[in-house]
Amino acid sequence: MTAQAPPPAAAAERPAPARDRAAPGRRRPVRRERQGPAYIFLSPWILGVVLLTLAPMAVSLYLSFTDYNLFDPPKWVGLRNYAEMFTEDPRYWRSVGTTLLYVVVAVPLKLALALGVALLLNSMRTGKGFYRSAFYAPSLLGASMSIALVWRALFNDGGTVDELLSGVGINTGGWVADPDLAVFVVVLLTVWQFGAPMVIFLAGLQQIPTDVYEAAALDGAGRWRQFVSVTLPMLSPVLFFNLVLETIQSFQVFTPAFAISAGKGGPADSTNFYTLYLYERGFSASHMGYASAMAWVLLLAIGAVTVVLFRTSRSWVFYANEEG
Amino acid sequence: MTTAAAPHDTGTGTGTGPGTGAGHDGPARTGGRARARTRARRLARHAGALAVLLVLLYPLVWLLATSLKPAEEVVTSLRLLPGRLEWSNYSTAMEGVSGVPVSRLLTNSLLISLGSVLGNVLSCALAAYAFARLRFRMRGVMFAFMVATMMLPHHAVLIPQYIIFNQLGMVDTYWPLILPKFLATEAFFVFLIVQFMRGLPRELDEAARIDGCGPFRIFWSVVLPLTRPALITTAIFTFIWTWNDFFTQLIYLFDPEKFTITLALRNFVDQSSTSAFGPMFAMSVVSLLPIVLFFFAFQRYLVQGMATSGLKG
Repeated sequence: MTAQAPPPAAAAERPAPARDRAAPGRRRPVRRERQGPAYIFLSPWILGVVLLTLAPMAVSLYLSFTDYNLFDPPKWVGLRNYAEMFTEDPRYWRSVGTTLLYVVVAVPLKLALALGVALLLNSMRTGKGFYRSAFYAPSLLGASMSIALVWRALFNDGGTVDELLSGVGINTGGWVADPDLAVFVVVLLTVWQFGAPMVIFLAGLQQIPTDVYEAAALDGAGRWRQFVSVTLPMLSPVLFFNLVLETIQSFQVFTPAFAISAGKGGPADSTNFYTLYLYERGFSASHMGYASAMAWVLLLAIGAVTVVLFRTSRSWVFYANEEG
Repeated sequence: MTTAAAPHDTGTGTGTGPGTGAGHDGPARTGGRARARTRARRLARHAGALAVLLVLLYPLVWLLATSLKPAEEVVTSLRLLPGRLEWSNYSTAMEGVSGVPVSRLLTNSLLISLGSVLGNVLSCALAAYAFARLRFRMRGVMFAFMVATMMLPHHAVLIPQYIIFNQLGMVDTYWPLILPKFLATEAFFVFLIVQFMRGLPRELDEAARIDGCGPFRIFWSVVLPLTRPALITTAIFTFIWTWNDFFTQLIYLFDPEKFTITLALRNFVDQSSTSAFGPMFAMSVVSLLPIVLFFFAFQRYLVQGMATSGLKG
């Protein structure tokens, strides 16, 4: 509890006579005075946007219509990269399928677990801080190559999970080597890192005023009813935030797929995630044009998914008081 | 994060009748039973949380245990704890990969991570101050664009960036890894700091302006010191994310001498022979050590920073 809001509240109540006095007469000079410094403060960001975001995006779009291997000048080929991707490259579609399967399974599982544990912790009187930090730890470590290697060992043939399963009569021969199961090793590694969205859920839960629950309880709402009618609507902005963030991140998963498949996306391309395939096409096979086309499709796909999420959110995200 | 959350009463959180109806005094008989029931429920919650925690921590304990197992135990025994502690795994690991000692790999990682921290904190704080406090043309558009770049997949800019750095002769140096951080390319942190700065009372700026401070003075002497929690959060996240980052390092670094510890672990990726398990996981433990230390030192900021970034300011 002590770790709540840092200093800002301190002087917030004080009125501001200065602003009123300065505003009416000197409006125009103040503005002109402000423009210059603003751009100085912004200059690193503007430079970054232009040199490292906008220009590369444009170049990437251009390259996606070319044949380019980094050494010879790019050769314009029109839509051929896209045509090849969509119609002649089964590996491409396999990578799309793998990535979508992963996103669709991992994101809801992760968020459900995060919400469940957040609810559990929120109802606790003691130890909340300890659990919160402990559950958060995997989110920090899990992105590393080290932990990805641990998961590969745990799910490998003869690894702990495999042995446990054969103990109850299920023989998988290791998930890592099984084309149907390998992708779920990555899924589980992602779900394991539910601590980050959980912390955000927990903060959201603490913003829900208690009297809303009291009113609901007085009206005879049971625990489940309160969850559906009070908690979920009040939490919907946070849920939405987590959903968007996790979905976007999941589309770009790379390190665990690389580790689990020894960088090859195997077995039988079953862990050849979109980004892994993009890396292979661009940097191992030197088909930079093709990889650029893949990157642009990814960009458009993520954009489309985000737009769809925002559209549908209007019907289920509830803002108590708009604009903070 | 402007309003401190009211301490949440536990009973009402899950909305049980007895908890919320604390006002009306039932007969002592039912009160005692209700109290026993709340206590049982509280215990059940702890049991649930601990069960989840056990599963969560298992891989980490496994990693630690395996890093100390002799080779023959890795294959033959399913037992979690090593029967005999094989400390030599660590000395083998410290020799490193392809003749590059781990100390060198760690130094490289540290160099890149600290450079990134410096770049991110500096450039993101500058941009954030402009967005949070200064007025300029197209502010709304630029801010929206900045937020949008948080959703931009890295891959959309990756290849041209690689080409640029290649043209500049910077591939296989640390520049491509550090330089972008000085240009506020990680919008997430700009956004985080903006959100925090918006929570600071504007009256402070106004007062400083009346005292004759220009925007730079206000930024440096008034706003920046108060933004410390957000800056620390930025620093810690940048450090940990850079340390863990694999993709960028994989693309830009070739010379084993310049490898980071994360990248060096890659050499173990191709191996599936269990004989190297001990040293490999010993090195994994070493590579995670800085993150674990950071975590224990700053977990309060980390968890808070994560939480506040998800909320409207």
